[in-house]
Formats: sequence, C-alpha cells, structure tokens
Amino acid sequence: MLKVRVIPTLLYKSMGLVKGVAFDSWRHVGGLMQSIKVYEMRQVDELVFLDIAATREGRGPDFQLVDDFADECFMPLTVGGGVRTVEDVRRLLAVGADKVSINTALVTDPELVRAAARRFGSQCVVASIDARRRPDQVLEAETHSGTRPTGVEPAVLARKAEELGAGEILLTSIDRDGTMTGYDLPLVRSVTEAVSIPVIASGGAGTYEHMAEAVLQGHASAVAAGAIYHFTQQTPHEAKRHLAARGVAVRL
Amino acid sequence: MGSGKRVVVIDYEMCNLDSVVRAVEECGGDSVVTREPKVLDQGTHLILPGVGAFADAMANLRRLGLAAALQEQVLEKRIPVLGVCLGMQLLARRGDEGGETPGLALLPAEVRRLRSEVPGVRIPHVGWNEVHTVRPSRLLEGIQPGKDFYFVHSYHVVCDDPADSVATTPYADGFTSVVEHENVFGVQFHPEKSQQAGFRLLRNFLAV
Repeated sequence: MLKVRVIPTLLYKSMGLVKGVAFDSWRHVGGLMQSIKVYEMRQVDELVFLDIAATREGRGPDFQLVDDFADECFMPLTVGGGVRTVEDVRRLLAVGADKVSINTALVTDPELVRAAARRFGSQCVVASIDARRRPDQVLEAETHSGTRPTGVEPAVLARKAEELGAGEILLTSIDRDGTMTGYDLPLVRSVTEAVSIPVIASGGAGTYEHMAEAVLQGHASAVAAGAIYHFTQQTPHEAKRHLAARGVAVRL
Repeated sequence: MGSGKRVVVIDYEMCNLDSVVRAVEECGGDSVVTREPKVLDQGTHLILPGVGAFADAMANLRRLGLAAALQEQVLEKRIPVLGVCLGMQLLARRGDEGGETPGLALLPAEVRRLRSEVPGVRIPHVGWNEVHTVRPSRLLEGIQPGKDFYFVHSYHVVCDDPADSVATTPYADGFTSVVEHENVFGVQFHPEKSQQAGFRLLRNFLAV
C-alpha cells in the first residue's frame, strides 16, 4: 500500500536555513547542510527545499546550492523558489531535484506548468499553492511568498494546476505557517476534494496528531512541516510511529 | 580501485543523472555519463535512467543515435541494461503517452497509463510503496519481500509474458514494478532514491 509521506520542509534565503511565522519574520535556524545530513542519516521519506527569497528578489534558483544539497542526499527532493522557465526546471532536475515546485509562475505564467509537464512529465511538476484566509474567512491563493493576493480560491487554482498537468499540489496555509497550531483542515479538504492528484499538506503542524488529522480528516497524501522539527524534540520518525498507531500506512 | 564494473549511464538530455551516478559509485561501480553512442561500448553494464515524457525521450534517443547503440549492445553484445522509471518504460515495444510511440523494443511489453476507479487512489503514484517479489529475481536478491521503494510515475509496463514480471506493487489494481528478461532489467521505482534497499538492488545489478 502507498505510504503517507512525512516531509521535512527546509526554507532558505541564499545561505541559511530559516523558519517563518505567517510567511514573515524569518529567522535563521542553523546550517542547511547540517540539517540535510541529519535527515539523510535518518532516512526521511522526502525533503522539500524552498528558496523563499528568489521570487521576491527577482532572481532564479541558486542551482549551485541545490546541486550541493542534492549531493548529500539519496532521498527524493522537491525544490522550489524562483522557477520561471522550462530551462529552470530542466537545470533543477539536472542537478538533483526529483520534483520542481512552481508557485508564483503557476498564476503569472500558467503555460510554464503545461510546458514543463509535457517535457518532463507530470510526475515531476509540483504546483505550490499558498493560501490565506481573508477577514471574511474566504480562502484565497497568494503569490510572491504570500505578498500578492490573486482573488482565486486555492481549490480552483489547484484544479487548474491539475488541468495544466501538475502531478502534485504542495498546499501551504500562510496563516498557520510556523504557528504549530495545526493544519487548516477545511483548506486541505477543499483541495483534496477538488483534485485527483496527490496533495501535500503544509503549514501549522505542531504535534503528531495534527499530521494524523491532515491525513484522516483532510485526506492529504503527505504532511510537510518545518518548525516542529526545528523548535521541538519531535522527529519525522516519531511522527510516523504516531501515524501508524492511528492506522495510517507509513514507512517505518 | 573499483569492482571492475563500469557502468555507462545514458544521458538523453532529460533527467537527473547526478543521483544515479552517485548511487552507482556508492555501490562500488565506476560510472561514465554519456550521450555519445560509441561510448556505450565501454560499459560492462548500462543504465537508462529517466524522468519525462515517453515520446520526447524516444525522440532524443533516436536523434542522438543512442537508440540504435543500445539495441546493439543489449541484443547483440548481451550487455545487461537496467531501465529506471521512464527508462524501464522505454525498454518496451511502445508507449501510449501522447499517442502511440514505438519504444526500444528490448522488452516484450507495452506501456499504459495507471488508472483507477477508486476515489482515494490518486494518479500520479507518488511515494513509498511495496515491491512484492512474485518470481525468483536477481535484482531483488537479499531484499526483504514487500520492502518499500520510492515511486513517482503515471505510467506502467505491462509484459507480454507474465514470466518477465518478477515483482509487483499494490496500487491502482497492481502493476509490474520489476522486470527481468534475459539481460534486460527494469524497475519502475527509483533505486537511487530508495536509500539502503535501493543500493542493494543496484549492487545486485552490478553483480549480474
């Protein structure tokens, strides 16, 4: 049976690993390479690397940095941040990414998703959707690291991404990011119900039970988290043991 | 120093070669990455990795002259070849991704899209799933039955002769995840991303 993946997310701005709160006030949390080595040693299911400054700074991915990270891991890697062209996708795959995540360009240049999926296959194109709740509680997708509203509901954008050929959705709640108060379950469910491709829930995990909720109630195929691993004693392996105890199929 | 195994990793301009190369080296093989047909002569083993779309991949293999070189090495010189993910699918007679496209025809099989009527079964198939040995297999020797490997794909291989299908994976009604046909081997998952079990499989291939 297909296992639910427990995925550490590593955010970075050029050289350091950072973690945020609601996509703001990012703090450095130590050496990226060191984290990668630890996750490699612990044989985690998959890693997500996101360069959160690239789009804001108007630049593309740092290929050399991704190459260096990828050289440290024999586990699946999803890489995102600043991906604007098919050539960016090709180069990221060439230096070791297994999947490439496209966030801002999903909205500003949807044809990129279609072209990348056609050339490299849907399975390596991840549509990354960042969602925020407006004061009236309506969910809205945002781009540019959560700085530009799109007026589009995340579920609608997810369906469009699937039609364009994306093979997976990385769905992040901006409101819950770094708060460790739990995933936004209605958000997760709205997207898993809208698409038939896998959905990675992200943003808000503070306990292992939050992850179980994202799977059992939100129907996520994978649970991504950052803060919980950087700021508590909790680990991906222990998370999987908890999920297993809750009846979720995981790889132990 | 090395094991005397020289692995030619075939580059058809579509995929992540770094991780395959590093995994081969981790397993004690020397590797060379090439898109030159004549370099295929230098290998004791060939690996055809893969990410991407079937039709584009075949077009590149033909344009670069690699398709004919592969057929010569594998069919005439009997060099063992391992196809990984899309690379496994390319070994087949044909694929149905974006219309029917002829494949390398090194394996009597065709490629079909994964399908499922069951709502929770999402396509592409992404993540860790079990590989169950159904026939004696050189690639899976010493690997615990049902071990998890990492998959990321939307298509799968259907062998003409069930005897070529040596392991299956329970997803979307089940599909063939490992093939062995004389000196032609294929795995639908990514051994280079499957940590210890993946290395064991690659070592088994190098021992063929």
